[in-house]
Amino acid sequence: MSTETENTKLAQVTQWIDARFPMSSLWRDHISEYYAPKNFNFWYYFGSLAMLVLVIQLVTGIFLTMNYKPDARYAFASVEYIMRDVNYGWLIRYMHSTGASMFFVVVYLHMCRGLMYGSYRKPRELVWIVGMAIYLCLMGEAFMGYLLPWGQMSYWGAQVIISLFDAISPPLALWIRGDFVVSDATLNRFFAFHVIALPLVLVGLVLVHIIALHEVGSNNPDGVEIKKHKDPVTHKPLDGINFHPYYTLKDLVGVSVFLGIFSAVVFFAPEMGGYFLEANNFIPADPMKTPPHIAPVWYFTPFYAILRAIPQKQLGVIAMGAAVMIFLALPWLDRGLVKSIRYRGNLYKTAFGLFITAFLILGYMGTQDPNLWYVNPTSQICTVIYFSFFLLMPIYTRLDKSRQAPDRVTS
Amino acid sequence: MKQHSRLIKLLVSFAALTALSAGLAGQPVLAHEELALEHAPIVEGDKASLQRGARAFANYCQNCHSAQYLRYSRLTDIGLSEEEIKANLMFSSEKIGDTMTVALEKADAKAWFGNPPPDLSVEARVRGPDWLYSYLRGFYKDSSRPTGWNNTVYHNVGMPHVLYELQGVQEMVGEEGAKSLKLVHSGKLSEAEYSQFTADLVNYLVWMAEPAKATRIQIGVLAIFFCVLAFFVTLALKKEFWKDIH
Repeated sequence: MSTETENTKLAQVTQWIDARFPMSSLWRDHISEYYAPKNFNFWYYFGSLAMLVLVIQLVTGIFLTMNYKPDARYAFASVEYIMRDVNYGWLIRYMHSTGASMFFVVVYLHMCRGLMYGSYRKPRELVWIVGMAIYLCLMGEAFMGYLLPWGQMSYWGAQVIISLFDAISPPLALWIRGDFVVSDATLNRFFAFHVIALPLVLVGLVLVHIIALHEVGSNNPDGVEIKKHKDPVTHKPLDGINFHPYYTLKDLVGVSVFLGIFSAVVFFAPEMGGYFLEANNFIPADPMKTPPHIAPVWYFTPFYAILRAIPQKQLGVIAMGAAVMIFLALPWLDRGLVKSIRYRGNLYKTAFGLFITAFLILGYMGTQDPNLWYVNPTSQICTVIYFSFFLLMPIYTRLDKSRQAPDRVTS
Repeated sequence: MKQHSRLIKLLVSFAALTALSAGLAGQPVLAHEELALEHAPIVEGDKASLQRGARAFANYCQNCHSAQYLRYSRLTDIGLSEEEIKANLMFSSEKIGDTMTVALEKADAKAWFGNPPPDLSVEARVRGPDWLYSYLRGFYKDSSRPTGWNNTVYHNVGMPHVLYELQGVQEMVGEEGAKSLKLVHSGKLSEAEYSQFTADLVNYLVWMAEPAKATRIQIGVLAIFFCVLAFFVTLALKKEFWKDIH
């Protein structure tokens, strides 16, 4: 058979499908003829990397579920069974535990990009809000997944976090736990949420995130709209390039680097110095023995530090919740004339620098023993900076002396 | 090109961070220690040492401590044959595929020691090798304790010094702040022999906590090699396609 007839055969199959399902047009709209700004930099790898980690988590999660037992009597043992007796079970488990932390690394960098280049600004408010919903869902997913190994940190971490709801409403905490303490009932429902409910929501939200993004088009490091300048004949944005093959190939380079880092952790430091897998979590959960120092996993510590910084528990819980939710208001808080930090004035740059510093310090303070003299005062100062970044934003972005953003993207 | 050198810089700094935390990973510190931890002189993967450690574990630990996640058959990984395992390390009617359990009843153990002796399968991942090494060498006479023993790194521990026959008897001497242990009765082993004995035992405990570790590192080298290769291939491909983008 000649290639020509093969081609027509393939075209016939494509036509047959296209008459029944928009295969070719979906491919064109979202991949081959989705025009992305040509000036994406380092910060633009993390969207596709977040999708990659999502896939890693879903696939390894499926294989873990085949051998994990969501039962307080067997959960810890079944994890060790996976680590020892299941073929390459250790690899699947380490990929999943490393994937959890790397998900947050990637998502935090992705969010930081959004902050830097004003990707939340009009017309991308919904892209940002859906992204925040993904982040919230991810937090729930991580929190519930962390209970499943049923180690001491799993157990007491869950106990501490659920007790926060006690501060708001005791019946609510009881309803979440399904018992008066964290128990088998809690483990079972967390398992259900972790393996099916939240992943379904997560995948759905990711689709909505991408559809919304492709409707308005991607922002870029200059924060200018590429749709303003289109080719008069083809109507393609002059500064846009086809997502495929340009960004699919560029993202593959990012994927290689990411997988190198990911493998370095999985194969050489799966515990990551106790930050990804805590030493205490190799002790089976014991409801009668409270560990002396309970700290959440690193990706929650900035918010945990805010909680502890406030002396009154209910207010602390509210502040912690507000610290996460306040990101949602960002599109309406920012009154700057330009989107990208490149053209912002010193006021915004200072505020942004202070915010990132405060966030990192809070993250560190959240891992430290609250009885150390410097932990609470430092956390309190950083909490003030954290909230000021948002609450004062309408003022300082308006006063800020920004430069004129260029008309077209710069290379 | 500028972006790629930044990417490489990031990779390098992350690799350094990974190496740093890998170095720290062996040192989880839990209890309040009276004396600084001793460095455990173990050589991971030294099969002779691991086999001696396995024998020490079977003879001295496994009367009370189980290793319920480890199967006897797994000991083939440290160079023992099934016959050797059966002859030297299995003392009751277990099968080679069974896990290392103990006959000690939990209720009895609680009555005798205050707390049932913990399972030791993953203990090394909780404590770290240095803590275990210091613990095994840190027992001293303390008449205020029900067992007559106390420990430098695990204060008021419920476990008696089961190795005192080998180590001998130590006492805590010196002023507050400058305390040290002194051997007052020597045991069957010399100090150097006891050091070797405890190091072997710790080496075994570390192996037991993650038997797949050696395989993990072996595959890891290949995985990293593959990623580096993939980086250069994908980079070349990307450059070729991006030639016409200015």
